[in-house]
Amino acid sequence: MQSSTVEPIIRISDVSKYFDDFQALKDVSLEVALGERVVVCGPSGSGKSTLVRCINGLEHHQSGSIVVDDVELGANRESLAAIRAKVGMVFQQFNLFPHLTVLENLTLGPVRARKMAKSDAEDLARRYLERVRIPEQADKYPRQLSGGQQQRVAIARSLCMEPKIMLFDEPTSALDPEMINEVLDVMAELASSGMTMICVTHEMGFARRVADKMVFMDHGEIVEMSAPETFFSAPESQRCQEFLAKILQH
Amino acid sequence: MRIIGLSVALVLLLAGCSSNWGWYVVNPMTDAGSSNLSFLLSGLGSTILLSITAISISVVVGLLIALPGLSTNRTLRSINRVYVEFVRAIPILVLILWVYYGLPQVADVAINVFWAGVIALALSDSAFQAEIFRAGIQSIDKGQYEASHSVSLSYSDTMRFVILPQAIKRILPALGNQLVYMLKMSSLVSVIGMPELTRKANELVVTEYRPLEIYTILVLEYLVLILIVSAAMRWLERRMQADERQ
Repeated sequence: MQSSTVEPIIRISDVSKYFDDFQALKDVSLEVALGERVVVCGPSGSGKSTLVRCINGLEHHQSGSIVVDDVELGANRESLAAIRAKVGMVFQQFNLFPHLTVLENLTLGPVRARKMAKSDAEDLARRYLERVRIPEQADKYPRQLSGGQQQRVAIARSLCMEPKIMLFDEPTSALDPEMINEVLDVMAELASSGMTMICVTHEMGFARRVADKMVFMDHGEIVEMSAPETFFSAPESQRCQEFLAKILQH
Repeated sequence: MRIIGLSVALVLLLAGCSSNWGWYVVNPMTDAGSSNLSFLLSGLGSTILLSITAISISVVVGLLIALPGLSTNRTLRSINRVYVEFVRAIPILVLILWVYYGLPQVADVAINVFWAGVIALALSDSAFQAEIFRAGIQSIDKGQYEASHSVSLSYSDTMRFVILPQAIKRILPALGNQLVYMLKMSSLVSVIGMPELTRKANELVVTEYRPLEIYTILVLEYLVLILIVSAAMRWLERRMQADERQ
């Protein structure tokens, strides 16, 4: 377990989050070490997306603390900007900018937020497009690409900000089955390069392959957290056993 | 094509007139007629300039009023509400009169008819523009904000590069409507003596006493102007669909 020996880059302590009367997160605590790959799974409505969205401030938690790379989230406006500069995010629905070409999607952040020169940003963008294996799509619009290609563009767009941490919020859930693997391959390659990652996904094959730590959530709580070998072979809680039985059936 | 068809219709109308019509007042073949025609057309520049200036200002003001309306802050939202409800409730003609005769007394400044017209038209239209922008911006998916946030864009960059380009494309038909509306409402500025199309027609009617023919020409002037605007807006809409090509 790397996480116990290395100072964590993400430290989530006793975080609670309410949507009006509904409590989406109940005193959740989680530590992620630099370079660690965490896979979060659980039934829908269990709070896993909310947890990930709290980490880069897309949702605001009401109690507890989230510290990312020594910056506490929510203390002030600057902390939010500091944290989102370190954290990349990939969404279930891709959320590419439909009115911009692939290349423009990738360079917008670097040029406007990182103040890079346009030509440098384009070089960077082309490098990352190469890395997600779609360099030839640079001048197309998102609509002209398949779902799998769009999601890879979204990953490249995040990487162009050169984040320390990548968050994936069900990145393959909106994809046709035959496109899932091309996205997972890119993610696995990213994992092997040493990126710190938190992935919300139900792709258990992928989880087995890349995860250092498995997290199972249900009803806003972390029910089980263990290394993948233990997680898949001997889950402790009954809820986790039931969940795994359901999704590993086929 | 449409313009040509219209001209043909106009010629037929002129040619086929009965004895009750006195088209001689605007007959381009006679000296008097052609000088009357050019007198009528001399208001065209003012109408266009007035409308374009007013709509340019109202688009900017409308956007600035729309943005607080999108805030989660209640005070900011109520600023938007109060402005829209108040301005929208004033008839344009009343606003023109008030700005021209009233504002110089309140603000102690001299306002010429052109700027009085521009201010009144722009103010009145800005409330509608604000609502159009608010609707357009609200129609953009929340994911676009989240993606902008995740690549560290500031609020103003998010609006400028991500949200507004998409919103404007969606509200372009409504903006075209407002421009047409503005061109028509600019005729009201004739009451304070602005020498635009309608004022010119009124003046000519007084000297020639041929209201039917002169106002018919006036109708056609607005019609042609607005058909040109419509065509231009449709061309712009097509141009902005570039990213929807397959």
